[in-house]
Formats: sequence, C-alpha cells, structure tokens
Amino acid sequence: MYGRKKLVIEPAWCKGCGICAAFCPKQVLEIRKEKVVLRDEEQCISCGLCELRCPDYAIYLVNEEE
Amino acid sequence: MPSDLVHLYMRIDHLPQIWCPGCGNGVIMRDVAVAIDELIHDEDNPIKREDIVIVSGIGCSSRAAGYLDFNSIHTTHGRAIAFATGIKMANPRLHVIVLTGDGDCSAIGGNHLIHAARRNLGLTVICFNNDIYGMTGGQYSPTTPNGDKATTAPYGNVDRPFDIAQLASGAGASFSARGDIYHARETIEIIKQAILHKGFSLVDVYSICPTYYGRKNKKGDAVEMLKWQRDNLVPTARYYSMSEEDRKNKKLVGILSFNDYPEYTEEYAKIVAACRKTKKG
Repeated sequence: MYGRKKLVIEPAWCKGCGICAAFCPKQVLEIRKEKVVLRDEEQCISCGLCELRCPDYAIYLVNEEE
Repeated sequence: MPSDLVHLYMRIDHLPQIWCPGCGNGVIMRDVAVAIDELIHDEDNPIKREDIVIVSGIGCSSRAAGYLDFNSIHTTHGRAIAFATGIKMANPRLHVIVLTGDGDCSAIGGNHLIHAARRNLGLTVICFNNDIYGMTGGQYSPTTPNGDKATTAPYGNVDRPFDIAQLASGAGASFSARGDIYHARETIEIIKQAILHKGFSLVDVYSICPTYYGRKNKKGDAVEMLKWQRDNLVPTARYYSMSEEDRKNKKLVGILSFNDYPEYTEEYAKIVAACRKTKKG
C-alpha cells in the first residue's frame, strides 16, 4: 500500500486534540495553532492510524489517482 | 471535502460534530459506520443499508443518531431500547442498532436494558461509555469508578461502578463485549459481530471525556487518556497469552460472553403461527 494513498487534512474540521499526531508511528504530524499539519509528506507511510482515531474526521487517506 | 466514508454514511450538513476536542464519541461513531460499511460489502453476510435502523436516547453519545445517515430516531432519555423494541417487534427483519451512553443505558434506561437482555431481543446496543454525564456538566454516572471525582462527587464517588458488559451478560444477553477507542480496529470487528448476532448483543465501548472526567480526575488530555487505554486495556488474543501476573490491573476488551439462546421475535412468531393453526383447525 506504500505510496498509493495520499493524506488529506480538513483544517476547518480539526479541533486540535492532537490524537493523530501523538499516535502517528512515523511522527510526521504536528499541531500548529490548534490545527494538525503534515510536517513531512515523504515520511508518511499512509498507514491510516490517524484516520482511524480522529474523532472529527478531519484527516483521512484518499487514493492517489483521485 | 470529507472522506468517502463520511460522505456516504453521515449527514454532512450536520458536521463537524459539536463534541468537545478529543471526545471519544466521534471515534465510536466512525467505528459503527465502518462496521456497517464492511457488512454491506461483505459477500458472505450482506446486509442492506435500508434495513439498518439507528435508535438513540439522550446524552452526548445520542447525538450520533442525528449525524449518521440511516433510518434513525432520536428518542427520550433512557428509552432508546424501549423504542427499539417496538421497531424490532414490528419488523424483525431490521437490524436495529441502539447508540446510547453509560447514563442513558444503565441508569435512566437500566430497566429497559436488563429486560431486553433477558428476553434476548435481537437488538444491538452500542454503549458510548465515558464514565460521566458529559452533556449536563460532569455529574457522576453509574460507571464512574469508585473514588473518582465529578461535579456531584467533589470529594470522590462513594458508589461502586457497574460493569455494563457483565451486567448485560448477567441479565441474559446472548452476546456481550467490550471495546475501546484506542483499539479501534478490534472494536470495529466486535461491532460487526454484534450486528450479525441474532439475539441481544451489547458492546460496551470505553470512550473518553477529557473535558469533564479527564479534567476533574487529573487524567490529562485526550492523548494521555488514550495512552491509558493503550496500556491498560488488552484485546482478547493478547490477553489470553499473558500470564496471570501480567493480567493484574489490565482489562480485557473483546467478546465476554456468547450464547445461542432463542431470539425473542422468532419465539414470538412461533406463538403467533401456533395460535393461527389452532384457530383454523
């Protein structure tokens, strides 16, 4: 699955709780000004754990071709 | 543009939801949506979207019936299971899923819970258990641990808490399980099994309430509360491979009891059929 999916962030829905950033296995997410940002897209392995635990559906994976 | 899952199964115009930052309810609501989605697309046990009914009572958790885009009804406090009973009896083909909170399910609606479990009526109850009454301002609920603080227990809670999964099992539920927010994938699988189960099924999902329960009890923010779940709640497979010593102070998340007791609507249909036969004869 590596590299085939892309991470999308919906800042308007993010409440900055920090769950995604804390449990990201590659530590590529961080909270800046109460919103999540993808710090290093190259290092993201598209595992989807952020999407799985985001209570606000503000971060998710989409297929690259879309 | 939200994700495809959210687009398909939630009412976008009602989102983003109003739950507090870090509230676990959003994760459980997504777990339910994913479980339903996977069942709809499961070739072995396909269920139809139009056969899903979401019923909720009152409380933070119960707002989920408004957000999820299925046949849904948001009912009165504690009475979700009572309404669900009527729906299931009127049309036993439906998959009736009750989304409720710890207070709604085990305090105000406690009587409905134990009797639906005793009858083994084919409902699926998903309890969003955050150990407190969040919507009304942090009063202690029947699942608040002994000694913990709440607005109505400023010096610590005197009561001993309910274990809702064991309560349902003791009352006769044929399927009772626990889930949590951290182990979301495992919880989705449990919810799928609960929906497919013919009799009464209950999944007590440990949510987190950083705003009231977490703050009052100095449990830290949402991240700290999830770390507690990671370190103290153990999924079935790992739990049974642990030594007794390691299991101390850990809690099992998974299926606690599973039976094939006769299901209520089926038994009821048999009575109806028998009576009709006698009348004709």
